[in-house]
Amino acid sequence: MSAGQLPRWVDYGLIPLINLIAAFLVSGLVVLLIGENPIDAVRVLIWGALGFGEGVGFTLFYATNFIFTGLAVAVAFHAGLFNIGGEGQAYVGGLGVALACLALDRIVPWWVTLPVAVAGAAVMGAAWAFIPAWLQAKRGSHIVITTIMFNFISYSLMVYLLVNVLAKPGSMQPETRTFEEGGRLPFLNDIQSLVDFGTAPVNLALVLALIASALVWVIIWRTRLGYEIRSFGANATAAVYAGMSPARIIIITMLISGGLSGMMALNEIMGSQHRLLIEFVAGYGFVGIAVALMGRAHPVGIILAAILFGMLYQGGAELAFEMPAISRDMIIVIQGLVILFAGALENLFRPAIVRIFTPSRAPAVQAG
Amino acid sequence: MKKLLTISVSTLAGLAFSAAAMAADINPAVLYDLGGKFDKSFNEAAFTGAEKFKADTGIGYRDFEIQNDAQREQALRNFAKRGQSPIIAIGFSQANAVEKVAKEFPDIQFAIVDSVIDLPNVRSIVFKEHEGSYIVGVAAALASKTGKVGFVGGMDIGLIRKFACGYKQGVMSVKSDAEVFENMTGDTGAAWNDPVKGGELAKSQFDKGADVVYHAAGGTGIGVLQAAHDAGKLGIGVDSNQNGLFPGSVLTSMLKRVDVAVAKTFEDAKNDAWSSGVQVLGLAEGGVDWALDDNNASLVNADMKAAVEKAKADIISGTVVVHDYMADNTCP
Amino acid sequence: MSETPAIELRGVNKSFGPVHANRNIDLLVGKGSIHGIIGENGAGKSTLMSILYGFYQADSGSIHVDGREVRIADSRQAIDLGIGMVHQHFMLVDPFTVLENVILGAEDGATLSGGTRKARQELRRLEQEYGLKVDPDAVVGDLPVGLQQRVEILKALYRGAEILILDEPTGVLTPAEADHLFKILEVLRDQGKTVLLITHKLREIMAITDTVSVMRRGEMVATLKTAETSMEELAEQMVGRSVLLHVEKTPADPMGTILEVEDLNVTDARGVRVVKDISFKVKAGEIVGIAGVSGNGQSELLEALAGIRKADSGRLSIRSETLDLATMDIDPALMREKGMGHVPEDRHRMGLINSFAEYENAVLGYHRSEKYAKGLLLDIAAIKQEAREAIEKYDIRPPSTDLRTANFSGGNQQKIVLAREIERDPDVLLVGQPTRGVDIGAIEFIHKRLIELRDEGKAILLVSVELDEIRSLADRILVMFDGAIVGEREAGADETELGLLMAGVQDQGAASGAVAGEKA
Repeated sequence: MSAGQLPRWVDYGLIPLINLIAAFLVSGLVVLLIGENPIDAVRVLIWGALGFGEGVGFTLFYATNFIFTGLAVAVAFHAGLFNIGGEGQAYVGGLGVALACLALDRIVPWWVTLPVAVAGAAVMGAAWAFIPAWLQAKRGSHIVITTIMFNFISYSLMVYLLVNVLAKPGSMQPETRTFEEGGRLPFLNDIQSLVDFGTAPVNLALVLALIASALVWVIIWRTRLGYEIRSFGANATAAVYAGMSPARIIIITMLISGGLSGMMALNEIMGSQHRLLIEFVAGYGFVGIAVALMGRAHPVGIILAAILFGMLYQGGAELAFEMPAISRDMIIVIQGLVILFAGALENLFRPAIVRIFTPSRAPAVQAG
Repeated sequence: MKKLLTISVSTLAGLAFSAAAMAADINPAVLYDLGGKFDKSFNEAAFTGAEKFKADTGIGYRDFEIQNDAQREQALRNFAKRGQSPIIAIGFSQANAVEKVAKEFPDIQFAIVDSVIDLPNVRSIVFKEHEGSYIVGVAAALASKTGKVGFVGGMDIGLIRKFACGYKQGVMSVKSDAEVFENMTGDTGAAWNDPVKGGELAKSQFDKGADVVYHAAGGTGIGVLQAAHDAGKLGIGVDSNQNGLFPGSVLTSMLKRVDVAVAKTFEDAKNDAWSSGVQVLGLAEGGVDWALDDNNASLVNADMKAAVEKAKADIISGTVVVHDYMADNTCP
Repeated sequence: MSETPAIELRGVNKSFGPVHANRNIDLLVGKGSIHGIIGENGAGKSTLMSILYGFYQADSGSIHVDGREVRIADSRQAIDLGIGMVHQHFMLVDPFTVLENVILGAEDGATLSGGTRKARQELRRLEQEYGLKVDPDAVVGDLPVGLQQRVEILKALYRGAEILILDEPTGVLTPAEADHLFKILEVLRDQGKTVLLITHKLREIMAITDTVSVMRRGEMVATLKTAETSMEELAEQMVGRSVLLHVEKTPADPMGTILEVEDLNVTDARGVRVVKDISFKVKAGEIVGIAGVSGNGQSELLEALAGIRKADSGRLSIRSETLDLATMDIDPALMREKGMGHVPEDRHRMGLINSFAEYENAVLGYHRSEKYAKGLLLDIAAIKQEAREAIEKYDIRPPSTDLRTANFSGGNQQKIVLAREIERDPDVLLVGQPTRGVDIGAIEFIHKRLIELRDEGKAILLVSVELDEIRSLADRILVMFDGAIVGEREAGADETELGLLMAGVQDQGAASGAVAGEKA
């Protein structure tokens, strides 16, 4: 007996919207508690995120990060794997980007460096996901545990490399030298004139993120590999019955997932910071989990959820700036509430909505 | 060539009180590093300095805590666009952002702590942590009965190795056969705020025979000092005067006067005494020092006090040169 | 039957989302009777009983117990009203003893000792009164299923049940165990208890009940005195049209051997040998049935042959090609390539991916075929085209390729699997429980299709725990017990004889070469 399918626009539009509104209402209460006007706060937040070109630019810049990490989580999710190592995979992916840029930035233009950097990011991110994948596939070590452990290992590895190997000599900063033009992705402001993004670092990586989204859609829903990934994720026993190799699916899926995480570094390292620096991932890998959950592991949903989180990041920064009483931690509380309502409490309003929408629909099938 | 401008911070800071009446129209701002303004470490020292300035002069200031690297530039620009000046960025990680934004706003005064930027509108404030660490190292060596002392750092980066290296030199200058145990807490920002792990590291050093432990680990260090207190050993505080945290268990503290530097920068702007260039604040300038007060008076005997003051004088006079780890990434 | 009914339901309704599981149900259950409730899977029997036991609340309608209107909010209230339930899947704690299981949730006080003493006395009384003999100190996990079920009944009686609901109680029992259960139920009735028996097996209804109610698509369509009705009538009521209860087939005309299995041994994940030295042959144009009580190694046998489960030893020859199941790298894809189709026992767990659309399930296992490839991508149009053809040929309803398989009924789901495996024209078809959870109408279709396939000259290995199904379809019957083949019989073998074999009673005649498995 199934609970019945809802119309798609309800499932993918209305329910997330209601969850979001609920999150904002609760956030509003918190804002009220600290003595600020919640309506003003929402106004500042939305204005900060979308009200002017630079704000939009920052929103899209953050969204680029979230698209990559969200896709990474989603791909693994389709195989029933919970990759929470996006943080470490992106971090190590940054190493791939940086090595490509450091090697080439002084000799070739950026568009020659780009494919090498993309490959570097993907290969390093994938490599970092490979070991947990292999351990899961061959030894049954739980991937949640191993990927999170690999986050910690990546922190150590990267600090070691940045302090001892890659740092500029004589600099106090654990970071590489700044890339020259050949190691920088063009800012969107420099390659189009339709929208003025001000000084926002939104760059060509956004386009790459959109391309990656389309590719993920094709792989998951239109290829045999994607079919196998989804089969394995939905029903591993049936996948084995169908002659699919779990080990192969786990490893390939995690390589794709890790590669996508790694490509997040293109946006930060090659697109914005133009140098490899410590902790540049700053939690984007973890937010990717929320983005994937909220976006229902579908690229379109992920893009929308990524933009939402981009808005929360950028609007939140403006809010903290405009209303000093609302501190950085308050912004995190609001983001947390959105994750809570959109992810963990996803089913809070569902039963009621199902009740509203089903009587009008004739039972499509006689169940059982 | 960098123009070195040396100012005695401690003496000039005293002028602030008398200058309070002169109300110049400035809009200062502080940009904290990722640690946040309540990190119990030097971001918080900056906050303390700004608050002191506000209390002294009645002039308010804006501040902002970044959440990620992209916000550095964004926040600096936001300040600059609003005409805030001077804008102090705390932490070496701000260097690139300050450099970029300072070029865009040549009329705004910027300052950065812990890094050097060679621009006409930027004041760079760096500290000779190795000198301060050296003299507390002297104190540690004299206080140790076992000839073994410890160091607990926060994140394993050059800056912290600079603390460790100066400290080691100070210890060795007293007891050339002394053993110095070095441990770093971690590889992420969390390393600055993990008192439990700090305590564990200190305990393990005590188990190996150390009886004095110096920390340069922000909030993590509270755990180090607590562990020393619990074990009946001695701890050495850092950045601000931590002698009072566990009176009788904190041998001394290596003072890094970020608070003074911040307040001083605001004062200078207010009093039209702003200057750009590099301020290297060492023992001679009062930017680093050791703390002696009622809380640790019983721990510091006359011999020790004399030895530390002698070391301090020797460094100020140039008789002793403390090697700076950052100069060549090595420690003798 | 006394004048006040034990249970009376009036106008009970219950919906789950769009599914109206119970529609205006009226039911009268006489005190001291055995009342059968029959209906196909999904007819709403279990929902109705769950309402009675307090798992669900009815949307509308009233429940009367002993003539008094009651509200049953949870199972505790049901117990207080004297209603006990024996679930299809036992609710027992395996490592506990019988006694501990019986008092679980009815411990009476903080310390166990007082309750235990009382329980022991009570168990002795129940044993004498109803002939329910179980050692109170035996560990439940070690007991055979028949006895575990008895523990469930004891649990209910211990809690003072006057009305006992049994949900598909014979599914896991051997015929002999089922007979024994029926005897117990009769004793209970004679002692004045009321028994509600939920089943989809017509034979059981005829054998044991006094009254029978038939449910169809959420409605109560008839309540009849068992003595005054027949299987045919009941089947017709269940399905809504007349159905053929017996499979019509001509004698088999077997040709050469296509499938040969030799010395197959399989160990499961717990390290228990579950398939022991099995050898047999299946010829083209014959159906070989494997009979046995569930859990005697049939599942593992099928899985090993299909390449899903690794064997310790064993060879499999298909046509003339021999594969070593223990040493070769065997997987289901390879077995399909060799011409083996496999309709798995559990379509939900293995045969289908319920969250997938029908067309996606229609190629599960065959998705790597070049037929469905368009460059690097899947040729979805081709897949759907084929799925549409299968839908038509197998009369799958609703005829939608895009609907999730979860939303198809059991019978239609099974047809999707069957169509997928049969239409690839395999030489050998492994079939496990082809009609489990399938409505009568679809059973008829599936049986017919399997016979047709046999007549086309395919070799079919059929595993079923439904003895009737084996007897009516198979041309040769192998009986499995404790992992070994303990006997072989020709089609139409005597039911009692097969039942004895299934229960592990040694094959006296040793008619075939199969040897009873040694005890592990």
